[in-house]
Amino acid sequence: MSAAVSVTGLTKVFGSHTAVDAVSFEIGAGGSLGIVGESGSGKTTVARMLVGLERPTGGGIAVLGRDRSTPARGSAERLRRARELQIVFQDPYTSLDPRQSADSAVDEVLRRHTRLDRAGRAARLADLVDQVGLTDRQARALPRDLSGGQRQRVAIARALAAEPRVLVLDEAVSALDVSIQAQILNLLADIRAATGIAYLLISHDLAVVRQLCDTVLVLRRGRVVEQGDCARVLDAPTEEYTRALRAAVPVPGWRPGRPAATAT
Amino acid sequence: MTVPLLELSGLTVEVPAEEGPRPLLDGIDLSLDAGEALGLVGESGSGKSMTVRAVTRLLPRGAEAGGSIRFQGTDVAAMDAGALRRYRDQGVGMIFQDPRAHINPTRRIGSFLTEALTRNRGVARREAEARAVAVLAEVGIDDPGRRLRQYPHELSGGMLQRVMIASVLLAEPRLILADEPTTALDVTIQSEVVGILDRLRRERGMGMVFITHDLDLALAVCGRVAVMYAGRIVEVRAAEELHRRAAHPYTLGLLGSRPSIDARAERLDAVPGRPVSAYEAGTGCAFADRCAQVRPVCRERRPELEPFRGGLVRCHRVAELAPAAEEVPA
Ligand SMILES: Nc1ncnc2c1ncn2[C@@H]1O[C@H](COP(=O)(O)OP(=O)(O)OP(=O)(O)O)[C@@H](O)[C@H]1O
Ligand SMILES: Nc1ncnc2c1ncn2[C@@H]1O[C@H](COP(=O)(O)OP(=O)(O)OP(=O)(O)O)[C@@H](O)[C@H]1O
Ligand SMILES: [Mg+2]
Ligand SMILES: [Mg+2]
Repeated sequence: MSAAVSVTGLTKVFGSHTAVDAVSFEIGAGGSLGIVGESGSGKTTVARMLVGLERPTGGGIAVLGRDRSTPARGSAERLRRARELQIVFQDPYTSLDPRQSADSAVDEVLRRHTRLDRAGRAARLADLVDQVGLTDRQARALPRDLSGGQRQRVAIARALAAEPRVLVLDEAVSALDVSIQAQILNLLADIRAATGIAYLLISHDLAVVRQLCDTVLVLRRGRVVEQGDCARVLDAPTEEYTRALRAAVPVPGWRPGRPAATAT
Repeated sequence: MTVPLLELSGLTVEVPAEEGPRPLLDGIDLSLDAGEALGLVGESGSGKSMTVRAVTRLLPRGAEAGGSIRFQGTDVAAMDAGALRRYRDQGVGMIFQDPRAHINPTRRIGSFLTEALTRNRGVARREAEARAVAVLAEVGIDDPGRRLRQYPHELSGGMLQRVMIASVLLAEPRLILADEPTTALDVTIQSEVVGILDRLRRERGMGMVFITHDLDLALAVCGRVAVMYAGRIVEVRAAEELHRRAAHPYTLGLLGSRPSIDARAERLDAVPGRPVSAYEAGTGCAFADRCAQVRPVCRERRPELEPFRGGLVRCHRVAELAPAAEEVPA
């Protein structure tokens, strides 16, 4: 069986600035990879190349064994790529259509990517809305009438509606309070256990990465600093930058602007 | 007695809806002194952003605020256009939750950062740019001179968030309203940025309302923390006592649902049930339907925010439940 995602030597240059520099990783079928790292290190750019919103300057991308390093030819190919891989963007406000309510956004995806009839779509919509903890009323609201975390959950419901084989989550749970975040993380774990979906989770929150991911990749200035098994990298980082990240996580007794008190 | 920097009493916000006005905030009381940082945490949709938007009078169209908001003793609702402009330029600075939605995409970063200085404060353009470069460097942005010439879409999420923070630092307000200012930042930069905010608070007596979902971050940055649920404050407590003395069942639920960086949990303990909005709260306690400790009284009468063990708690049963609450591990 081919890997869910396989990326080799992926590179992106903007003008004279190399945003992504020869990045390679693999996510096995049903696997879950976390990408952490410095702000501006190229995480979102990697995600945008995976969905085809940004064209790689070099390197290869394959999803479910099929090459994606060049733009899709034709609408059938585009549709298939979208069904295979969905993304929840970092800025839900700008990625949701401001004129479209949550339920019509989800319904649009259901119409495009499933064979459900009207009643089937309505039932699935109600399920998704409930699973991400929104009310029917919130589902009928426009994005601007929702809070930040509510918008983020609309984006998650919409991505799940396509039942993709790979889901890219770019800071997709960071605007949620910890209780709703827990609910969404449990939901994502359940879906993975039930369907074998693969995740690529971009997050600044190392505890969230630990909870959802098997492997992790640390990115800095476009380059891979360290990668491997999640527990190994977080518990026994070999690179200085990973250690600095680990030490900057607020824990009880931590004070800003200086390294954390050494954990016992 | 000195006047607080910011005082909210009985703050309400309602928006029009088909079935009549719908409450989003339902009686917020808070007071903040100069040099103090207050953390605002709580459920997604509970009204944290709405509270700080009300403070700057930037509410959604059609929304009505009630109760009172006083800034250094002055009624914010009564400010005329000139006073409101001065208040927004120099009194309060807002770091928005969603920088990409609040920074004009068609203008360069440099003009966004320097406009307030050149237009309102008579600072020469070169001088304003020099200050902008210095502040961008302070918040950890490489090559700040180049960034001034870029457009928002050319910056990453965390960079844009720091541009927003820089714009507020340039204005040097008396009060900073920071709405999840570090969610898009990696933890090392987060540490530097909150370090800067913390220094301004200590050295210049700036006040700060700090909205975050990271309880440990709130405890590190703030002296006091207020927990919101469904448009109301349900608990207020000194930061260093929150882990040990939290008493409201919702606060306890929040403290228990965080994943750990040290180990993966089989399942996370989310508070069961669906979030409720202020308008769905009914006559009793808004948390009743999700609370393991619920009794008939909870559905009948709305609890008040009352002193309990050095903090304030809105729960009918807190006194009976307290011994259990005391045992919550730190
Ligand atoms: N369209 C663009 N034009 C020019 N430069 C860009 C563009 N998009 C991104 N960049 C640059 O590429 C680098 C990587 O950006 P990216 O958004 O991938 O970072 P990130 O790791 O997602 O950061 P964050 O954690 O802050 O979201 C940054 O230096 C950014 O300024
Ligand atoms: N323009 C609007 N019209 C009507 N309701 C709105 C509007 N904006 C927000 N709301 C509602 O007001 C409530 C409070 O929203 P607010 O943005 O203050 O939440 P929040 O506590 O900041 O949540 P989050 O943590 O998700 O950002 C939410 O239930 C939201 O759906
Ligand atoms: Mg990003
Ligand atoms: Mg908010």
